[in-house]
Amino acid sequence: MELSGGQILVECLKAEGVDVVFGYPGGAVLHIYDALFQQEQVKHVLVRHEQGAVHMADGYARATGKPGVVLVTSGPGATNAVTGIATAHMDSIPLIVITGQVPTTLIGNDAFQEVDNVGITRPCVKHNFLVKDVRDIAITMKKAFYIATTGRPGPVVVDIPKDVTDPRVMIPFDYPASVSLRSYHPTVKGHTGQIRKAIDLIINAERPIIYSGGGVILGGASSQLTRFARLLNYPITNTLMGLGAYPASDRQFLGMLGMHGTYEANMGMHHCDVLIAIGARFDDRVTGNLAKFCPTAKIVHIDIDPASISKNVVVDVPIVGSIKSVLEDMLPLIEEAGGAKQPEALTAWWAQIAQWRDMRCLDFKTNGDVIKPQYVVQKVWEITQGDAYVTSDVGQHQMWAAQYYGFDKPNRWINSGGLGTMGFGLPAALGVKFAYPDEEVVCVTGEGSIQMCIQELSTALQYHLPVKVVSLNNRYLGMVRQWQEFFYSGRYAMSYMEALPDFVKLAESYGHVGMRIEKASDVEGALREAFAMRDRLVFMDFQTDPTENVYPMVPAGAGLNEMILV
Amino acid sequence: MRHIISILMENEAGALSRVAGLFSARGYNIESLCVAPTVDETLSRMTLVTRGDEQIIEQIIKQLNKLIDVVKVQDMADAPHIERELMLIKVQALDNSRNEVYRLAEIFRGQIIDVSESSYTIQMVGPGHKLDAFLNALGAIPVVEIVRSGALGIARGPRGMAVPEA
Ligand SMILES: Cc1cc2nc3c(=O)[nH]c(=O)nc-3n(C[C@H](O)[C@H](O)[C@H](O)COP(=O)(O)OP(=O)(O)OC[C@H]3O[C@@H](n4cnc5c(N)ncnc54)[C@H](O)[C@@H]3O)c2cc1C
Ligand SMILES: Cc1ncc(C[n+]2csc(CCOP(=O)(O)OP(=O)(O)O)c2C)c(N)n1
Ligand SMILES: [Mg+2]
Repeated sequence: MELSGGQILVECLKAEGVDVVFGYPGGAVLHIYDALFQQEQVKHVLVRHEQGAVHMADGYARATGKPGVVLVTSGPGATNAVTGIATAHMDSIPLIVITGQVPTTLIGNDAFQEVDNVGITRPCVKHNFLVKDVRDIAITMKKAFYIATTGRPGPVVVDIPKDVTDPRVMIPFDYPASVSLRSYHPTVKGHTGQIRKAIDLIINAERPIIYSGGGVILGGASSQLTRFARLLNYPITNTLMGLGAYPASDRQFLGMLGMHGTYEANMGMHHCDVLIAIGARFDDRVTGNLAKFCPTAKIVHIDIDPASISKNVVVDVPIVGSIKSVLEDMLPLIEEAGGAKQPEALTAWWAQIAQWRDMRCLDFKTNGDVIKPQYVVQKVWEITQGDAYVTSDVGQHQMWAAQYYGFDKPNRWINSGGLGTMGFGLPAALGVKFAYPDEEVVCVTGEGSIQMCIQELSTALQYHLPVKVVSLNNRYLGMVRQWQEFFYSGRYAMSYMEALPDFVKLAESYGHVGMRIEKASDVEGALREAFAMRDRLVFMDFQTDPTENVYPMVPAGAGLNEMILV
Repeated sequence: MRHIISILMENEAGALSRVAGLFSARGYNIESLCVAPTVDETLSRMTLVTRGDEQIIEQIIKQLNKLIDVVKVQDMADAPHIERELMLIKVQALDNSRNEVYRLAEIFRGQIIDVSESSYTIQMVGPGHKLDAFLNALGAIPVVEIVRSGALGIARGPRGMAVPEA
């Protein structure tokens, strides 16, 4: 059968099992849209801004583990997508972003809506392609999916000039069953010798701690991680990206670590003798001052990307491989060796940890009927029985969501950690809801962030994606205000939100339900009412304490043991 | 430490910009960079000279390997190797300095490849430090123009840099 380039592209998506594309049309991709229109298998969600499309695909990918797919036009369509692409890149999320390009004959001529997509996106993708011939579409798409989803995942951009999808040019279509690249062979299996060395260090530890991250979720290895931690009875902390990889309600869990991590997690890190890093990349928000980081620790690091190892912190036993495979190899060996070898030291270590826990660093003061943002998150957890998919934007509300919504399952906490992109939360929530229409999906946001992609409320109506928006409205760019309070003597330069819209009316004008909640005593009732409206998007505007801060906090330049507690 | 790094890459449009972009984005330094096709026309070979401590060089090599188009990376410092660079240099050669330039070129085994009334153009091949030594030796004699290829490196012994077996 002979097909056009546009049709071939759609067939490639079908062959990869893609059920939805998030996108926005324009001149350079019209042939592709025409091909999409003439079939039903691959659905299309029309967004209101291309950044929203990429975040939606990203939310979809984070929740399902499958790659998200985006289709945008050339020029402004592609540049609008860049923030979303960079967001996915920093958090290693698999995406296929198809961008339109001007016809090959016009490339380089400053043609209408021409930008160098490959050049612009190069630093924020795992890889990108320019397809110059219709005969290359199928193999390029095969490679794109392969690269995006294997090894350390990431976004791949496929730039397609308009003439390459010309409906008058028909060629035979054949989708390759597999692909191999001589220049790309991600290591999956860990080195046996390194694994043995690591186990020796691990089982003989006296003050061990497991520090695990987003890699566990990306690699679908949370059950292996859980077995590993339980077998050893070692304390475990997660990064912001790793939350849910180990059940938060478990006794061995110390909470998140890092800048806004718990006292027990950060003290445990600082005083440990063996640090077991699993799928975490020693980000500066986690390590604090590198010179003061884990001063007494030997470090084991499991990561699929050799470049993550010894980048910021030099480690003693590196293991390159997928977490799933490495832990599967380790578990029987640890069992054979009889588990942890220092029971007395471990008992003393747990006693020390119990003392740190007694600081109850996440307790917060209530103040009459003023709504405390932490309280709202706690109530959302209660009402959704800790089982919702929670997306967030960026700022204080993000940290409160991370600290107070205890995630017991992986893939349920969806936020922009590496790039910290305000505007991520709402579109990401819509992407999740598209994947799981029967699940509860909550977007925790702030009045600043929500306005960066607010237009997607319209998409939510069109495609009937009834998520719940929990806006912790402190009338401040709160995270900025907090830094100004602590480090700029309270000079609040441009961190105050004036002229806010009436969010209730705004939600209503988009065809949704809006609620304003002003008193702590109304929080629970309002949440129950909102969550009872199963098939409506409800925008809850909580007027929270304007000057509440996120604690604990490790100030920039400090060590993890130097936290501000309240 | 100065390192010569050899890279085999897919001979695709934009391959060079991926390497150059990596170096500028991560703040690594490039002293010289040289790219040309190999016998296998699907590959191109890049030789670059950079500086950094051990940890930085290790990151550079890992980051290069991470580029999808990179087939193989080799740090020449890991094994005995030969370094060569080509320099074309146009030197003022007037009455009083003409003989001196000629003699220096001989000593450094350069070849005079172009002559005018007031200049000699010399071609010289060698490791970078030898070319630097020649420039030093010229002393006060004015240099009109200089072009250098950047260093190339090749390992000693029978084995070549090849595409790794899958
Ligand atoms: C306002 C704000 C505050 C923040 N505060 C904190 C904070 O207090 N604490 C905190 O932790 N973070 C915080 N962050 C997030 C921080 O910026 C980083 O995004 C985060 O710490 C990185 O998490 P990670 O180390 O788990 O790495 P990720 O970015 O999730 O990277 C995953 C790692 O796992 C590896 N990997 C991927 N797949 C596999 C696999 N299958 N097998 C093996 N390895 C794999 C990757 O190569 C990579 O090294 C904050 C962000 C914002 C915006
Ligand atoms: C696109 C973007 N611009 C700027 C920032 C810097 N920034 C980080 S948090 C923040 C304030 C967010 O305000 P809001 O959404 O109201 O959340 P709050 O901190 O008040 O909970 C800003 C401006 C960012 N992360 N992203
Ligand atoms: Mg705010």
